[in-house]
Amino acid sequence: MLELHDLTRRFGALTAVDHVTFGAAAGEMVGLLGPNGAGKTTTVAMIAGLLPPDSGEVRIGGRRLGGDTDPLKSRIGLVTQDLALIDGLSAAENLQFFAALYDLDRQASKRAVAEALDLTGLTERARDKVKTFSGGMKRRLNLAAALLHGPDILLLDEPTVGVDPQSRNAIFENLETLKRRGTTILYTTHYMEEAERLCDRIVILDHGRVIADDTAQGLSKLVPAQNLITVALENAPDALLADGLHALSGVQRVETAPGVVRVAVTDLASTMPAVLQWFTNRGLKYQHVSTERASLETVFLALTGRALRD
Amino acid sequence: MRAFTALVKKDIRLYMADRRAVLMSVLAPIAIASFFGFIFDETGAQHQASRVAVLLADEDRSAVSTNLAALLTADSALDVKAAALSQARDAVRRGKATVAIRFPAGFGSTAASAFFGGADARKADIELLYDPSHASEASMVQGILAGHAMEAVSKEMFSGKTGRDAVDASLAQLRGNTTIASDQQRALTSLLEGVKGWNDVSQSSGSAGAVNGPTIPFEVKKEPVTSGTGVPYNGYAHSFAGMGVQFILFMAIEMGVGLLAQRREGLWKRLRAAPLSRTVLLGSRAVSTALLSLFILACLFLFARVVFGVRIEGSLTGFVGVAVAFSLLAAAFGLLIASLGRTPESARGLSIVATLLLVMLGGAWVPTFVFPKWLQQATAVIPTRWAVDGLDATTWRGLGLSSVAWPIFFLLAATLVFGGLAVARFRWESE
Ligand SMILES: Nc1ncnc2c1ncn2[C@@H]1O[C@H](COP(=O)(O)OP(=O)(O)O)[C@@H](O)[C@H]1O
Ligand SMILES: [Mg+2]
Repeated sequence: MLELHDLTRRFGALTAVDHVTFGAAAGEMVGLLGPNGAGKTTTVAMIAGLLPPDSGEVRIGGRRLGGDTDPLKSRIGLVTQDLALIDGLSAAENLQFFAALYDLDRQASKRAVAEALDLTGLTERARDKVKTFSGGMKRRLNLAAALLHGPDILLLDEPTVGVDPQSRNAIFENLETLKRRGTTILYTTHYMEEAERLCDRIVILDHGRVIADDTAQGLSKLVPAQNLITVALENAPDALLADGLHALSGVQRVETAPGVVRVAVTDLASTMPAVLQWFTNRGLKYQHVSTERASLETVFLALTGRALRD
Repeated sequence: MRAFTALVKKDIRLYMADRRAVLMSVLAPIAIASFFGFIFDETGAQHQASRVAVLLADEDRSAVSTNLAALLTADSALDVKAAALSQARDAVRRGKATVAIRFPAGFGSTAASAFFGGADARKADIELLYDPSHASEASMVQGILAGHAMEAVSKEMFSGKTGRDAVDASLAQLRGNTTIASDQQRALTSLLEGVKGWNDVSQSSGSAGAVNGPTIPFEVKKEPVTSGTGVPYNGYAHSFAGMGVQFILFMAIEMGVGLLAQRREGLWKRLRAAPLSRTVLLGSRAVSTALLSLFILACLFLFARVVFGVRIEGSLTGFVGVAVAFSLLAAAFGLLIASLGRTPESARGLSIVATLLLVMLGGAWVPTFVFPKWLQQATAVIPTRWAVDGLDATTWRGLGLSSVAWPIFFLLAATLVFGGLAVARFRWESE
């Protein structure tokens, strides 16, 4: 659905986006993760047609995105990082205005506005001026404004910055609904929990370059020491136990403590059944098992040697 | 097209929703234009302000000078007060009086003997002290003085004692004169005898008021040349045109600065993300600016019509043509500011100064006909001048469509230049 090929953009001596190549299949939700200044906004701007790339191209449904008036732009919805609303108009008037930008006729506009208000839970406040809205409500309306023309691809640039947890959850639910309806979503953020929770795939951007592109699970394999299975045993484990577990394929490290065993594995999903089976085979009863996957924070640290949050 | 109308409607709605902006662009020009109109309006001015303050030092106190003083005092163009010379000079210097007139001692008799005395007779002196910042009023007083002096002296010649003495002296001088041809001597003698006879008659009959000898044989009837007889110059027509032009340019600045500021906001990205051409994005801004400009002009001239009786005495089509052409120019001016400005703040400051200059030189504050000739010629390149002249032409001057063809053409040409430059230099990317 969406493909980026060698997309590059310079600002003077700075290469803000450096040969970025990735894609998003129809209905897929891709997270674009990176610290401040990584080039996320610049990338999104090029996809939305706001900024011409210096080289490389953006393809939508297989066709190359052209100039200002390219009808392909109608297949994209943009949720900007800064709020893009008119404070002096009501929520409904804002949406009608944005619908007109995409040449929707009266009927279509009415329907689209009602639907977008409904999805974002703002129907009751439709007639109120935007300047009376809370920050979270403005964010939701900012999302609604991008949906009126029924885009196939939704670009979100840090849509939850400065949003209360309740509105944040509301936005997440909206996105899941849209995803179910088949919308392709590119979700830009520097919060790894968000990317981890929502996205099918995560592209990590640093200094304008793609340094990783995988599922959350795939990324976690990059730092095996941080994928942990913790097993609480009824009886104290003996010393031999550690050696036995270590022999299993995929097991990186074993730590024992009174009543608890911690097993570090490359891949939780594939190694976990073998580890539990091993306990059962030896007649060791376990009371409680928990897993912990390597966070994107640690993945980023492992990839760049720097912390994601600056 | 839907996008275009939506953009225009949005701009206008937001402008109208901003009470301060509307007040600024409609009420402020009305207030200032009313004030300027009041000051420049001739009918208003004649009532009080236009009488020239004159101080009169009569050191002669002869029949002639007293008579002349009375005539000057009665003149409706002058506000005459008696004063000693030193006092009068001081008052002129301080600007309290415009002109001081001095009749030196002996003025009356010298004037009388010079009346028939021929080219080589010694003439009487009148001193006129004036404030150099009011030179034109001093010339006016000089003209009025000449008329009244002629009248006062001739009246005395034909009906007063000084006159009789002067005639007697002239007759005596004539008899002893050998240089003059005898036929001329005879004719002149009989003329003076006749004057003497007339003088005797008017003395004995006591009817000094009836016929007092020669007077100024004409009276000047002034008519201001405007759209038609009986239609006076309306200072309000000009001031409303001028202030309208000024405040519309201010409004255009706000529209331009607004566009500039928008580039910092998310909204600009949303507009650019839609499949809209640059022509639509800038063109809609231009159209909304032009429509607001027409709205402001309509408000101003409606007010001027209802309150001050300003009428479009000339071509209505011409008036509308000038209004539309100027509105487009204002729109292009706004776009130019948006494309040349760096930050909204600096752009606003600089363009307000530019506008004030344009407007002042364009004759919006004071009409260009009071400018010196060279400045009138130099300001012909300033578009605001064409707007003000065009509005003047179709209102109080009452001229036809053809008289505003050039102003309209020039305004539209300037619009194309401004607009072209704006589109070429506009920076599209957000900041
Ligand atoms: N218009 C611009 N002019 C100059 N530099 C820019 C411009 N936009 C972005 N940059 C620079 O490009 C880099 C990437 O910026 P951006 O894409 O906004 O990063 P992110 O959204 O990931 O925080 C930053 O170093 C930023 O300063
Ligand atoms: Mg950003």
